[in-house]
Amino acid sequence: MNIAWDAFTPWTSLAGGALIGLAAALLILGSGRIAGISGIVGGLFRPAPGDTGWRIAFVVGLLAAPLVWGLFAALPVVQSDAGTATLVVAGLLVGVGTRYGSGCTSGHGVCGLSRLSPRSLVATLAFMGAGFVTVYLVRHLAGA
Amino acid sequence: MKTFIALLAGLVLGIGLLLSGMANPAKVIAFLDLAGAWDPSLALVMGGAIAVAFPAFTWAKSRTVAWSGERLQLPTARQIDAPLVLGSLTFGVGWGLAGYCPGPALVSLGMASQPAIVFVVAMGVGMAAHALLTRPKA
Repeated sequence: MNIAWDAFTPWTSLAGGALIGLAAALLILGSGRIAGISGIVGGLFRPAPGDTGWRIAFVVGLLAAPLVWGLFAALPVVQSDAGTATLVVAGLLVGVGTRYGSGCTSGHGVCGLSRLSPRSLVATLAFMGAGFVTVYLVRHLAGA
Repeated sequence: MKTFIALLAGLVLGIGLLLSGMANPAKVIAFLDLAGAWDPSLALVMGGAIAVAFPAFTWAKSRTVAWSGERLQLPTARQIDAPLVLGSLTFGVGWGLAGYCPGPALVSLGMASQPAIVFVVAMGVGMAAHALLTRPKA
């Protein structure tokens, strides 16, 4: 294993993580809901009365984050070199997979592990394992 | 109250994703690339998030009502079944292919990032397909 120390950002990653945890804490204690992005967005595809407004507000908050950030500092670089076909396939897999799997990085990886849920531990190991294997196959075996 | 809390939580979460580096697909892929020049930063994102969320959820477990007065809804499913495992594996493949998971994709959409637009539309189609395939029979 070869660690890219020049790319390693321990303090901002730790602080950003703490903010993510703070948001999850706020939503569960303040509003009684799990801060799982796939669950919150996915619920919009099966709207129930009185259960839609908060979901939209949460998504608006996420979308507005770069705008608010931009008022105070230059935005960090987001770089994707994936082609359109890859993005479409990846988006479909993430959309279907997170809904059947009942969660994503936030719902299982942060909230689920924080409440010591065995289901979330299994899900997190599964998606992280699949992510490691996929990147290995694409980057090192397919030579892309 | 519920709407305001959700808006604030979404905003704080989005800023956390930006600060942590998680909103950058290239950094996510560098984290998932154990055999390449590995960037371990994102392990610390999860560590930092759990360090703050763990006490909150521990407290939440002893409560039935949230500050807003609403019922505190912790997940009740306990079974480790095929949809959980296969769905999560499927998600992981998509995550590894493009480096986007749902939250960062939405934050990048807020930056009008071209790849994020394509990804989020496809993700919405995937979620809609799930809703259609699992809809309660009338």
